[in-house]
Amino acid sequence: MASEVLAKPQMRGLLARRLRIHMVGAFLVSLGVAALYKFGVAEPRKKAYADFYKNYSPEKDFEEMKKAGIFRSIK
Amino acid sequence: MLATRVFSLVGKRAISTSVCVRAHGSVVKSEDYALPSYVDRRDYPLPDVAHVRHLSASQKALKEKEKASWSSLSMDEKVELYRIQFKESFAEMNRGSNEWKTVVGAAMFFIGFTAILIILEKRYVYGPLPHTFDKEWVAMQTKRMLDLKVNPVDGLASKWDYDKKEWKK
Repeated sequence: MASEVLAKPQMRGLLARRLRIHMVGAFLVSLGVAALYKFGVAEPRKKAYADFYKNYSPEKDFEEMKKAGIFRSIK
Repeated sequence: MLATRVFSLVGKRAISTSVCVRAHGSVVKSEDYALPSYVDRRDYPLPDVAHVRHLSASQKALKEKEKASWSSLSMDEKVELYRIQFKESFAEMNRGSNEWKTVVGAAMFFIGFTAILIILEKRYVYGPLPHTFDKEWVAMQTKRMLDLKVNPVDGLASKWDYDKKEWKK
């Protein structure tokens, strides 16, 4: 129907190209997700625990709770 | 507008095979279902049979001409031969449609209808909430949780400033 000649499409290596693109993509996506989790979730959580226990005194904690009156066996 | 489109969408699938056969009559007989059939599929590029099974006289003549050298065929004859063999080209069979708009519209309509039902249910069917949902009770409950230091590292008590006696900014 068309009077001008269309460019010949890519005939070979289609699967190989698809596999290469998706291998690279999968690798990058997994790496990215792992990095995001490490720096978004894991590191802040470790820091929160470290900060909490830096100046933690169980005795002081206990006295505060006793003063708040939550214990039944101790007034 | 949406309703008519939704009904046509549903109706396309719901029409029984016998009705379709009666409509097409001579083209597809119901006994043919066990014989190799023609399909337009991306993953099955060369179907088991040609699209046109009963050739007209001119088409038969063209098939004879096809047995000779192909360079003698005109462009229109080549296209005619293609259309004898195949119903839709790859471009035609892969064309997109606007069906997704109907689907999304119908889905949203029914979700909205369900929302109306739930509102009516809350208003006319359900009894009152328990007293433990009152603002005063929840305040007492939260104070007790803070006294117990619930989840002091990452959770509730970590968001409370115990020195200033207020929520952390």
